[in-house]
Amino acid sequence: MTVKRLLIGVLAAAVIAGPTAWTVSAQPKEIFIPLLVYRTGPYAPSGVPIANGFVDYFTLLNERDGGINGVKIAWEECETQYATDKGVECYEKLKGKAAGAALVNPYSTGITYQLIPKAAVDKVPVFSMGYGMTASADGRWFPWVFNFPTTYWSQASAVIRYIGQKEGGLDQLKGKKIVHIFHNSPYGKEANPTLEELARKYGFELTLLAVDHPGQEQKSTWLQVRRLNPNWIFMSGWGVMNQVAIKEAASINYPMDHFIGNWWSSSDADVVPTGDGAKGYIGATFHAPGAGFKIHQEIFKHVYDKGKGAGEKGRVGEVLYNRGIVNAMFSAEAIRTAMTKFGNKPLTGEQVRWGFENLNLTEQRLDQLGMKGFTHPVKVTCEDHEGAGPVMFEQWDGKKWVLVSDWIPTMKDIVRPKLEVAAVEEGKKLGYTMRDCSKEK
Amino acid sequence: MIYREAGQFKSTYASDQAIFPIVQDRWIALVGLAAAFGVPLVATEYWLQAVLIPFLVYALAALGLNLLTGYAGQLSLGTGGFMAVGAYSAFKLTTAFPFLPIIGVFLLAGLAAALVGLLFGIPSLRIKGFYLAVATLASQFFLVWLFNKVAWFTNYASSGTITAPPRTVLGVMVTGPEARAGVRYVVALALVLVFALIAKNLVRGRVGRGWMAIRDRDIAAEIIGIRPLRTKLLAFSVSSFYCGVAGAALVFLYYGSAETLAFDINLSFLVLFMVIIGGLGSILGSFLGAAFIVLVPIFLTNMPEVLGLGLPVALQKQLELMVFGGLIVFFLIVEPHGLARLWQIAKEKLRLWPFPH
Repeated sequence: MTVKRLLIGVLAAAVIAGPTAWTVSAQPKEIFIPLLVYRTGPYAPSGVPIANGFVDYFTLLNERDGGINGVKIAWEECETQYATDKGVECYEKLKGKAAGAALVNPYSTGITYQLIPKAAVDKVPVFSMGYGMTASADGRWFPWVFNFPTTYWSQASAVIRYIGQKEGGLDQLKGKKIVHIFHNSPYGKEANPTLEELARKYGFELTLLAVDHPGQEQKSTWLQVRRLNPNWIFMSGWGVMNQVAIKEAASINYPMDHFIGNWWSSSDADVVPTGDGAKGYIGATFHAPGAGFKIHQEIFKHVYDKGKGAGEKGRVGEVLYNRGIVNAMFSAEAIRTAMTKFGNKPLTGEQVRWGFENLNLTEQRLDQLGMKGFTHPVKVTCEDHEGAGPVMFEQWDGKKWVLVSDWIPTMKDIVRPKLEVAAVEEGKKLGYTMRDCSKEK
Repeated sequence: MIYREAGQFKSTYASDQAIFPIVQDRWIALVGLAAAFGVPLVATEYWLQAVLIPFLVYALAALGLNLLTGYAGQLSLGTGGFMAVGAYSAFKLTTAFPFLPIIGVFLLAGLAAALVGLLFGIPSLRIKGFYLAVATLASQFFLVWLFNKVAWFTNYASSGTITAPPRTVLGVMVTGPEARAGVRYVVALALVLVFALIAKNLVRGRVGRGWMAIRDRDIAAEIIGIRPLRTKLLAFSVSSFYCGVAGAALVFLYYGSAETLAFDINLSFLVLFMVIIGGLGSILGSFLGAAFIVLVPIFLTNMPEVLGLGLPVALQKQLELMVFGGLIVFFLIVEPHGLARLWQIAKEKLRLWPFPH
C-alpha cells in the first residue's frame, strides 16, 4: 500500500511539476545547434546513421580545430521518433537554449513544414538539406529556409535525364513507360508535378502509384507494376517501405538496374534485407558513398581512435552516415561564412542566416575539408536557396554502393519557373510578401 | 477538517444542483480558473506550445469521446477521422470564406464533423461493443484516405498539407505563424471551458440520462421509452462535434499545419486511452486522462536531464516508453475506473480527515 501511495504521489508530482526548467548544458561562449534525431521508433534504422554522422563531424571540429574558428560547437540531441508533434516539442525546447539555436535541421519533411512558419518568427534558419518544402528554395519568399544542395523536383529531373542517358538520349524516352512509386505523404508526392511536366515534354507514359504509410503492404502496387511492365521505376519511399518494395521487385524478377530510388530510398538498410536480389538497384545521391575519403580518415583519427565516436566504427561510410557528415559540414561552413562578417563568436540565428545566404562552397574549399569528390560545390544566393546542384547515381553491387555516373545536371529551366509559382502560392498561404533581393547585401 | 461540508445547507434546488455543491470546491475551481487564465503571463513559450496547448486540445477530444464511449457506451475508434473532418472543413471554410470569424469556423467545422459522425453512427443501431469499434475503424481509415486522395480538400496543394492561415479575433492574431502562443492558449482554454460546461450539463440532464440508460442496458432503456435511434445518433453527432472542434483546434491552434498522417489511427487510440485512463463516464476524467498522456511522457523525457543524468537520447526514450507503459498498467490495476475515481476517493478521504472512522 505504501508503495502504491508513493507511486501515486510521484505521479501527481509529475503531472503538476511537469517539465521544469531545464539545466543549460551549453556555455554561452559556444555555438549551440539543436539536433532533432530519431534513434528509436520505426525509422530508427535510417535515423541512427544520420545522427551519428552529424555528431561525429561536430566532434571532429571540436577535437581537431577547437570548433569553428576557435568557437566550440555545443549540441543537444532531442528524440523525435520522426513524429511531427515530438519534433515541434523538441524545437520549442531547444530553440532558446544557451546562446539560442544557430540553426535547426528538422530531419523530416513533416517537421520541416511545421517549423517553416515558426522559425521565421523566432529568427532561426531552417536547413532542410534536400528535403522539406521544395517551394522554399525561392529565397525571396522564404528567407529563413534553405534546402540546398538540391530539391526533390530537381532530383526528379536529374533522374529523368539519367534515364534518358541510359536510353540513348532524352528523345528516346517517347513512349517509354515510367512508374513513380511514392510514399503517400507530402514528402512522397513532392516529385509528382515535376514528373508530370516532364512526361508531357518528353512524351513518356507516367504512372503514379501511391503506397500508404507505413508501406508494409505493397502486393497490389506490384501487381500493377507487373501488369504495366514499365521500362523504368522511380521510387520515393521511406523507412520500411523501401525494403518491402525492393523485395517485391526482386520477387517479380524486375530488372534491378532499371529501378531507381531517390536519396531517401537508397541506403544500406534498404537493400541489405533483400540480399543478392537487390544487386543492381540504383539510387540517387548528392554525395559519394563509402569511407574512402580524407574526411573519414580524419574522423577515424580524431574521433574514433580517441574513443569519442557516436556509433560503431564499422558503420562509418554508410550512405546515410555520409549524409549526416555532409549536412553537418554545410551547417558548419554556413556558420564559418557568417563569422567572416560578424566575428568569431557565438552567433545568433539571424547572423547564421546571413551565412547561409552567402555560402559559397568552392571545389577548393571542399578539397581543404577533405571532401574532394565527396560532394559538389554549392553557391547559395538570396533568390536561390537550392543551388540546384547536380545528382549522382550509385548502384548496389551486393556488398556496397558504388558510383555509376558522373554528376548529372538537373533541369533548372523546367524546375525553377514551376518552383517560383509554387513559392508565391505557399508564401501567400503564410501571409508572406516577396522581399527585394537587390536590397540585400 | 478543512474540506468539510458540515453547516452548508442547501435551501434551493438550484444550489443543490450546482456543479460544485461544496463551497470549498467552488473556491478551488475559481482559483484554478484564475490560474489557468493567468498562465500566459508567466509561462514560457515552450510550456504553452509544447505542453498546455496540446493538453487542452486533447482534453477537448477526450471530452468528445467520453460522451460517446463513457456515457453512451458506444465504443468508437473513429476519433482521428472525425477530428480530420473538423480540421479539413475548418481549413476549407476559412480559405473559401476568409471573412468568417475563426471561432465561427471552428463551430461550423464541428457541425460538419457532427454530420459525418451521424452517418457513421448508423451502424451502431445494429452492432454493439467490439463489433461497433471495428465499424468505426472503417470511418477512421476511410476519412483519412479521402482527405489524402482528393486534392480538393487541401486546395490542390502539391504537398497535401493544410496550413492554418492568419486569422484574428477582435483584432488579435489567433492563428497562423504570427499568432503568439499565449493568445492561442487562451482561445483553446476558452473553447475547452465552454464545451466542458456544455458537456457537464448535457450529461446530467435528460439527454445524458438517456445515454447512460442505453449504455447500462439498452433493452431496458427502450422499454422505459428511450428511443435508441435518436439517443445513439445524438451521442455520435455530439461526440463528433466535439472531436471536430478539437481537430480544427489541433491544426489551427497547435500544429499550424498538418498532413493526414497527423490524424491516423494512433490518434484515435491515444484519445481512447485518455478516456480509459482518465475514467469512462467522467468529465473530469477526460482532463485527467489528457494530462496523463500528454504530460507524463514529457516529464519522463526531461527527468533524467533535470536530475543531471546525461543519458543518451535513445536510451532515454526507451526508458520513457517502459516507464510510461508500466504506469498505465499500474493505474489500470490499482483503479480500473480511472484517475477520476482516484480523485473521488481522495476527496472522500479528505472529508473525514483528520478523524477517519
